[in-house]
Amino acid sequence: MKDAGRKPVPLREQIDRLIAAGSYQAAVCDLADFWRSDPGPAGAAFVNSRFEQMRDKLPLDPWRVAILRSFTVEPLAPLLRAEAFLAGIELAVHVGEFNAWAQELLDPTGAVYRFAPDAVILAVHDCEPGQMRACLDVLRRHSSAHVILHTREAAVVPRRGILDAQIEVSEWAAQQKANAGLRALAREYRGVYVLDYDALAARHGRQGWHDERKWLTARMPISAAHLPDMVREWMRFIHPLAGKVAKAVVVDLDNTLWGGAIGEDGMAGIQLGSEYPGAAYQAVQRALLDFHERGILLAVCSKNNEVDAMEALERHPGMLLKPGHFAALRINWEEKPPNLLEIAAELNISANALAFVDDNPVERRQVRMQLPEVTVVELPQNPMDYAQALRDCPVFERLTLSAEDMQRGRYYADERERRRLEQRTGSLEEFYRSLQQEVEITPMNAMTLGRAAQLTQKTNQFNLTTRRYSEQEMAAISRSPCYRVYVLRVKDRFADNGLVGVAILQCGGEAWEIDTFLISCRVVGRTVETAFLSGLTGQARQAGARKLEGWFLPTAKNAPSKDFYPRHHFQLVETIDKGSRWALDLAIPVACPPWIRLNYAGNHH
Amino acid sequence: MPATITERVRVIAADLFHLAPERITEQSSPELIEAWDSVQHLNLILALESEFKLQFEPEEIDLMKTIGDVSALVTAKVGHRR
Repeated sequence: MKDAGRKPVPLREQIDRLIAAGSYQAAVCDLADFWRSDPGPAGAAFVNSRFEQMRDKLPLDPWRVAILRSFTVEPLAPLLRAEAFLAGIELAVHVGEFNAWAQELLDPTGAVYRFAPDAVILAVHDCEPGQMRACLDVLRRHSSAHVILHTREAAVVPRRGILDAQIEVSEWAAQQKANAGLRALAREYRGVYVLDYDALAARHGRQGWHDERKWLTARMPISAAHLPDMVREWMRFIHPLAGKVAKAVVVDLDNTLWGGAIGEDGMAGIQLGSEYPGAAYQAVQRALLDFHERGILLAVCSKNNEVDAMEALERHPGMLLKPGHFAALRINWEEKPPNLLEIAAELNISANALAFVDDNPVERRQVRMQLPEVTVVELPQNPMDYAQALRDCPVFERLTLSAEDMQRGRYYADERERRRLEQRTGSLEEFYRSLQQEVEITPMNAMTLGRAAQLTQKTNQFNLTTRRYSEQEMAAISRSPCYRVYVLRVKDRFADNGLVGVAILQCGGEAWEIDTFLISCRVVGRTVETAFLSGLTGQARQAGARKLEGWFLPTAKNAPSKDFYPRHHFQLVETIDKGSRWALDLAIPVACPPWIRLNYAGNHH
Repeated sequence: MPATITERVRVIAADLFHLAPERITEQSSPELIEAWDSVQHLNLILALESEFKLQFEPEEIDLMKTIGDVSALVTAKVGHRR
């Protein structure tokens, strides 16, 4: 990875020239290359200082991490900040006192709680699950921060030597049991996630991971060469927690999904199959298939003749991916950036939710420069390393997986079918009727909380207030007597779309307020929002409310929900900087569209 | 043309201590550079170890009082390896 003969000074100078000239995007591209060539303490100091110079010029999201620890982590903090900067996050890092993590967690007035972290990393390698439980109890009562919990590591060589493998009450068994306890503990609490530190050290080789000299002199157990690997592992958690994830991955075809060029080499000539060299490309396809099952959409963007490429996609025997796995296809001779924007529009996601995979460094650079919001996966030279590079990319990580996620790819295939039908159907009303939609509104419960919180995190377009709630915050809201949380399910003739809407109503007295009202883009434009409002107003009226009020808070993305209030006869109350406030007299019922069957299930609380 | 060991040490120190490379001299020391505290000393050791693929003994770390000492030590260790 590192080249001892590199010339570090010219790239540094070029970056400084670009910053001075105001070419911030080009500077960020070069900083990414620089960081890849020198991901250590000196490189981190350079990257951080340059980002600090540009912080006002770049769209960086602030985020806060507290690292509580049983070993020296100070040298890791600047590396973590550098990785985060390059992911578009301005990270504030609080490092706890040495080996004081338990006391710090148990004191709700202490520095950790005052820091108000978004996430707490528990880099603790010698604790018992029982002790951890006591600490997590206090943390969960006083903070909704996410928690990243390190597992305990097996010894490089057990104290009993090879005897350890022969006996029942072994050091190995004790370590396995402690880790099973930590995993079980994490599943009990919302927002507590396990980082398998034992597997991380094993993956890189325990012997080389450790540095006995640094451990004995500075209580720093990780060798200099592996500091970047520790930081990258933390980033795999920070990406999904901070919402820096790709919802779709757009892949090139020639020399990416198969070896060779289909237009030149033909069906018989391209490399794709279970034997080398085709096996390398099958490994890429397997990684993409794994992403697909994680709920990440797949799309193709390739400069090719469509007929040639489709023949390979449909009929090549080595293809693990089939046309049905792809939610969008752009096979033409246009430039990649406009094609990527079209794909984002077709999938109803914004460009910053796209990742781009292409073997050609020129195409990658063009996308990095022209569409800086797109995550460009930097592929190594050798195709045999492509699959690993994809699996290492943190934007594809997920910490929870709902049934909806696993089905998402199919929804989009259904959606393509639905759109075909829309084109065939004459009037809009006829189209709505032909969908045979069934809408079910239920109070949120423990089973639906995770998905509901996820929707508040991800939904940008049909979202009146764009308030983001973590699972912990959602749980707190649902326990409060002042709020009612409802979820919406939509079924139609094609599929059960699953849980696609969330509403949070602040209740009490005669005037209720809409805290949150959102609909997943998957069902936007099918009048289900009217059915949802109809059900909610019915519930509010039954509970004694006379008026329903709500804010529309405009964002860069929620224009599709802008006319929701006027369309449903809300009266404008006031307009201020942050948005407009609306009210509806509940004496007049909101009718459910006649083409939707509305069901209300379950009692609140 | 690959940079010399002394130049590479200077660039690393400049990055870590947020100074222009010209400001780093043979005589630069923790007394003269405010940013060179114990945490940055550990960072310097780790940066040198990964840049030059070597490992320092605790006794060697104690001898690194100036950038001149650091360059000399790294040069000796890299030379010894060859």
